[in-house]
Amino acid sequence: MAVLRVNNVTKRFGHVTALAGINLEVNQGEVYGFIGPNGAGKTTTIRILLGILQATSGSAQIFGLDAWRDAVEIHKRIAYVPGDVSLWPNLTGGEVIDFFVKLRGANHKSRRDELIERFDLDPTKKCGTYSKGNRQKVALVAAFAADADLYILDEPTSGLDPLMELVFQECVQEVKAQGKSVFLSSHILSEVEKLCDRVSIIRQGQIIESGSLKELRHLTRTRVRVETAQPLPSLKELPGIHDLEEFPSGAAFQVDGDKLGDVIGYLSQFQILALESAPPTLEELFMHHYKGAE
Amino acid sequence: MRQLLVNTFPLARLILRRDRVQIPLWLLSLLLFTVAVAAAFPELYPAGPERQIIAQTFTNPALISMLGPAYGIHNYHLGAIMAHQMLLFTMVVVAIMNILLAIKHTRRDEERGRIEVIRSLPVGRLANAAATMLVLACTNAVLGLLVSIGLGLLGLEGMDWTGSFFFGGALAVTGLFFAASTLFFAQLTETSRTAMAYSFGFLGLSFLLRAVGDISSETLSLLSPLGLVLRAQVYVENHFWPLGTALLAASLLTLLAFRLNTRRDLEAGLFPAKQGPSRASRFLGGPLGLVLRLERTTIIGWAVGMLVLGASYGSVFADVEDFVQSSELYQQVLPDIAGASILGQFVAMLLSLLPMLAAVPALLVILKLRAEEKAGRTEHLLARAVTRVQVMGSFLGTALATAVVMQLVGVLGLWAAASAVVADPFPLGHTLLSSLAYVPAVWILVGLAALCVGTAPKAAALVWFYLGYTFFADYFGSLLQLPAWMARLTPWGHMPNVPLEAVSPWTVLATLVLAVVLMTLGLVGYSKRDIYG
Repeated sequence: MAVLRVNNVTKRFGHVTALAGINLEVNQGEVYGFIGPNGAGKTTTIRILLGILQATSGSAQIFGLDAWRDAVEIHKRIAYVPGDVSLWPNLTGGEVIDFFVKLRGANHKSRRDELIERFDLDPTKKCGTYSKGNRQKVALVAAFAADADLYILDEPTSGLDPLMELVFQECVQEVKAQGKSVFLSSHILSEVEKLCDRVSIIRQGQIIESGSLKELRHLTRTRVRVETAQPLPSLKELPGIHDLEEFPSGAAFQVDGDKLGDVIGYLSQFQILALESAPPTLEELFMHHYKGAE
Repeated sequence: MRQLLVNTFPLARLILRRDRVQIPLWLLSLLLFTVAVAAAFPELYPAGPERQIIAQTFTNPALISMLGPAYGIHNYHLGAIMAHQMLLFTMVVVAIMNILLAIKHTRRDEERGRIEVIRSLPVGRLANAAATMLVLACTNAVLGLLVSIGLGLLGLEGMDWTGSFFFGGALAVTGLFFAASTLFFAQLTETSRTAMAYSFGFLGLSFLLRAVGDISSETLSLLSPLGLVLRAQVYVENHFWPLGTALLAASLLTLLAFRLNTRRDLEAGLFPAKQGPSRASRFLGGPLGLVLRLERTTIIGWAVGMLVLGASYGSVFADVEDFVQSSELYQQVLPDIAGASILGQFVAMLLSLLPMLAAVPALLVILKLRAEEKAGRTEHLLARAVTRVQVMGSFLGTALATAVVMQLVGVLGLWAAASAVVADPFPLGHTLLSSLAYVPAVWILVGLAALCVGTAPKAAALVWFYLGYTFFADYFGSLLQLPAWMARLTPWGHMPNVPLEAVSPWTVLATLVLAVVLMTLGLVGYSKRDIYG
């Protein structure tokens, strides 16, 4: 069942097209990664989902309700962490967390205190004195203290230290275990790789790739390193081979996903001694897509 | 010392580059305004015995408390009129310009983290403060020179070149003094808002100190920078010592501010930030609670200011009464007007001044909604189960209530001080009630601001210009005999002269309806538009 559905959404600011017909679908119980370079339209998409911006055309739905029209109804069941957390400088972190929790109409004192401890936050300090990471902790504590069905997180860990990033990942896994859904926009690819079931890549206001990490990998090249007993003839002519390096005892190259079987079949004629194959990392995938259309 | 000032000049150039529109605009408007008013005087005040009668009316303590001391009465030439009617007002405007510019380039830049970037470069610790003062000193000097030359070139009766240079000089020195005091306050506080509040509070205090001092105590006036500079008696005596003293005081204040600046940490105030509660109080439970919490200092601060203002003017009631009883002129020329009604006029004038001041905190509250949006904090509310109508409604409600409170507190202050010096100055209940007639007019301004925030957020700051215009049209309407339509463009221009005139329920209803329509349009617009930031 889809909790979040974006259908052909376009957003224009004057003459600038920020989003050009994007589609997204997040299912219940799923952690969904949303990745893309700066200025690609990630935050604009999230703001449309929150009903803070109105889509120029297309529809954005959460829980089957319209993101713009039914914003308040939707917001009772979601929790949100903005990418750039700006807080009231003269309020303390504790006050802000309580305020946010109260705005949702819920009261989760115990959860709040537990989270404050886990994120190692001093709630008596004024927000004006917090660092970026600490402001982010305030937003994260408020979000995870809420009993939401969908968590929308916009680059939530960009200011956290590695230890706190781990706490964050635990929190995401906990809510996932409870069958909640998470929409996570991120730059940190290792984090997306670790947490997300499915991923969409956005570039210049368009979704250029969507699917599970496994599916995405099929679309790209696998890195292969091979040693053979018999000398290899040049592989240059073989279809689907890229970045070829040849050694006396073997070769290293990248091969297109759909040609992998053919190439391995061909290589086996020469008595394979050793074969290493590595799926592309998300980083390679990312680079592949970003560079692709330059 | 040299080390502290490395690269001051490039920073000064940066400030000029950033303010390349703002500073010339200030200078040009001030120049045009002063020269245009002076040029209108020969027609407004033709020479002859009438002018002497006008001169006598300016010795009325009520007018002195507004305009400053009357001097050169025996030979009331155009120069004396110009200095008496225009100098104090223009000085206040110049002070406002300096406060705004000084805060912008010191505490606000620091708060936004811009100074940190600059300080990471090979730049002296004092360079930014010094560059700001350098630019402001030059700005004030150019302003003084322009106004001097402008007035001198008019060549009007009694407005000689020496006097004109003293007029320009008085403006420049006042500007410099308030630039220095603002620089000083910017060292004490951690936020630009507080620094701004201290600086404007100091300006208000200077004005009131002078208002009371000009009537009852010369020493009190000399303690106020505005009062001190007025003692130059521009166009009549042209004393240099007040300007020299103010200049010296400004220099000392600048040095003190520099000293504080080098001793404190970047982005810190003189007083360290306190810790606060780890839990929110019960009041901070919704958008309204948030608005009250955010604006409570502003509201309380202004309320105290209004009380002091009312009390300051109330304290001169005895002098006004004495004046009316002793003035032969008033007995002869205006025999019909009894002493009580001169006081009544004074009360009416003050009552018409209060709503303009009450409008400032009300507008601050409603325009805070725009500031919150720009700072990216509105989305915290809107991303939770809060409607846009609730968000704007909380700011609007607080703004409307603020207007009422300010008006009432001002009248209460006036009454309290006046009844201490005069027996039974005016009926409190009736005056409180009739002063409320102005409240819907203030609400029109709030509604206008709400309309801007809701439909054209970038234009929201223009409401300040409109408030400035309404002040100008009202305050100078009668002094400069401005055409009647100029007053009609302000909400105050349609108000009866309370408490002397009765309030028509239709006027109240009409203003109320207009205010409600503006606010509704604002709410509808705000519910429909994109939220940025």
